[in-house]
Amino acid sequence: MSWTGKVLRVNLTEGTCKAEPLNMEWAQQYLGQRGLATKYLVEETDPKVDPLSPDNKMIMTTGPLTGTMASTGGRYSVVTKSPLTNCIACSNSGGFIGAEIKAAGWDMIIYEGKSPTPVYLYLENEKAELRSADHLWGKSVWDTHEILHKDNQDPELKIACVGRSAEKGNLYSAIVNDMHRAAGRSGVGTVMASKNLKALACRGTRGVGNFKDPMRFMQATEQGKKVLADNAVTGQGLPTYGTQVLMNVINEMGAMPTRNMREVQFEGAHKISGEAMHEPRDSDGQPNLSTNGACFGCTIACGRISTIDPQHFTVKDRPEYQKASGGLEYEAAWALGSNTGVDDIDALTYAQFLCNEDGMDPITLGATISAAMELYETGKLTKEDTGGLELRFGSAEALVKLTELTAIGEGFGLEMGLGSKRLCEKYGDPDLSMNVKGQEFPAYDPRAIQGMALAYATSNRGACHLRGYTVSSEVLGIPEKTDPLTTDGKAELVKAFQDATAAVDSAGLCVFTTFAWGMDDIAPQIDAACEGDWTTEKLLEVGERIWNMERDYNLRAGMTAADDTLPKRLRKDAAKVGPAEGRVADLDVMLPKYYELRGWTPAGELTPETRSRLGL
Amino acid sequence: MQIRIKLYASLSKLLPEGVKPHEGFLLEIDDDMTPNRLVDTLNIPRPMAHLILRNGTYIKPEHRDSALFEEDDVFAVWPPVAGG
Repeated sequence: MSWTGKVLRVNLTEGTCKAEPLNMEWAQQYLGQRGLATKYLVEETDPKVDPLSPDNKMIMTTGPLTGTMASTGGRYSVVTKSPLTNCIACSNSGGFIGAEIKAAGWDMIIYEGKSPTPVYLYLENEKAELRSADHLWGKSVWDTHEILHKDNQDPELKIACVGRSAEKGNLYSAIVNDMHRAAGRSGVGTVMASKNLKALACRGTRGVGNFKDPMRFMQATEQGKKVLADNAVTGQGLPTYGTQVLMNVINEMGAMPTRNMREVQFEGAHKISGEAMHEPRDSDGQPNLSTNGACFGCTIACGRISTIDPQHFTVKDRPEYQKASGGLEYEAAWALGSNTGVDDIDALTYAQFLCNEDGMDPITLGATISAAMELYETGKLTKEDTGGLELRFGSAEALVKLTELTAIGEGFGLEMGLGSKRLCEKYGDPDLSMNVKGQEFPAYDPRAIQGMALAYATSNRGACHLRGYTVSSEVLGIPEKTDPLTTDGKAELVKAFQDATAAVDSAGLCVFTTFAWGMDDIAPQIDAACEGDWTTEKLLEVGERIWNMERDYNLRAGMTAADDTLPKRLRKDAAKVGPAEGRVADLDVMLPKYYELRGWTPAGELTPETRSRLGL
Repeated sequence: MQIRIKLYASLSKLLPEGVKPHEGFLLEIDDDMTPNRLVDTLNIPRPMAHLILRNGTYIKPEHRDSALFEEDDVFAVWPPVAGG
């Protein structure tokens, strides 16, 4: 039945690890991963809990297809309450550890309480024990990987851990697995560190099986792989250029957030684009991109493995940073690049390396640096505040120095760890923080892509592109092209994307498959693997149920409809160039229709009918 | 008239030697040139001319046999691409 049927409950206060059966009734309603773990969190914690208190819980969770032969079936998620947003957090990662947890025999690991001293969880199939992490505390993600491999004399041990930023309380710390994949957003790493939990080190050798219909599962996954291979996006575009192919697309259409979202086009975009990553550099003739990389079971392989110019000021005479490692994805390249006005691809790659090395969300980091630069240029921040740093837009040196300080939580880096909302509030200009519900924007200006205005404002984890990626339709024409500048039909589009994505995120699959797969391609794979009747209709109903459950959690945590909004800059300051010239984000036109479609009251709350229909 | 042609991603190999995708090149075209005829002229297989922007605005497939250009237009083309 693809689920292992087992949950590992780790009580960090007591130092105990206990197995318990998975709630199979919930599995039928919430599928797995994002949905099922959120159900556990909702049932077991008070939504008003302080995210960094021992009473908050953190769940590492797989989906039913994690660890199987389904393409991209290696995903895992971390579900908790976010210290950045005080809303639900669910951060999804690839790499290999998700499949390893599953192969060790576990659907999810629930961490509760707080250890009195630093520990890590060692998990080898059914053997689970908390071990001292005194020697790991204060170490980077990369050093922690190396030490744990040596300590356990097992180079195949899969590791997910926090770096120094999380230990210093940085509110957007990530949990990094397999050196450079990350559950990146919303500060899930901060929660992990608050529990004195440094790492999960996992070894699973049991494999994943127990499918409802093994032969049909093999056929369904084979067919799915053929669809991915034959599709021009997943078969050719993503492996060759990665997500970074979007840099020039979004810039040409005037939707590129630039210099803290003051502008919508960046004159240096071509220097930091996917195409630029292929160009040989002068110093050693090598391009930035060394090769592409794949996560467990993935037949797309969009990952970027890069090197930095060995003569670049960031790495000269520092051989440890001259090796190939996880390179720029579009979101990092935008946030650290166009939004700070920096067009130095090596500086951006170095900053990305540091995000991996010490576990930081590059989107929030880049947006916080951008906000700090605007605070500085408008005189709200001074050299006295920054420890002598001059924070000008376009300064690669400032970007690099701030990233280094933030990664280890020293000097002004400690304040950078607050994120842009708290930083801008502290220095007296909250309107300069480009956030929704405390989380910073990703790489699509909603003045030029109107559906994203609604997707951002209503995202359950704050501004995010991965809760409802209408860019796919509005820009890329997948599955059908819609006009990015109109608000007509966008409430329906956003809801459809949000519900479908919630289902995919609960399956153990990567959402990038949906550039080629529809739900009709996904449902047969889940149905062949899992007990129950998993049709497209049921998956969309599960997705809608999950979305509403997350919404309800946020409302009970204290969020209101007033939080479904956008920064003043995006609602009041029109785009100055490009096809969207003269446009603002027309959120107010779309929001009432969206609430109605969702079955919510005008105050954004679930009606009794909606609760009843979805079984909430 | 003259317009600027930009070819991105895998289509950049169709650019003249040494031309960067974002710079593109100037092309003299007839007044009655349409997007689809231009795609053919540039030797781009039509299924690979997925995303076509004229001055940043998408040209719908149903308009690609009829839309006309103006002097100094920027014509940018991508194969099917996606990211996130």
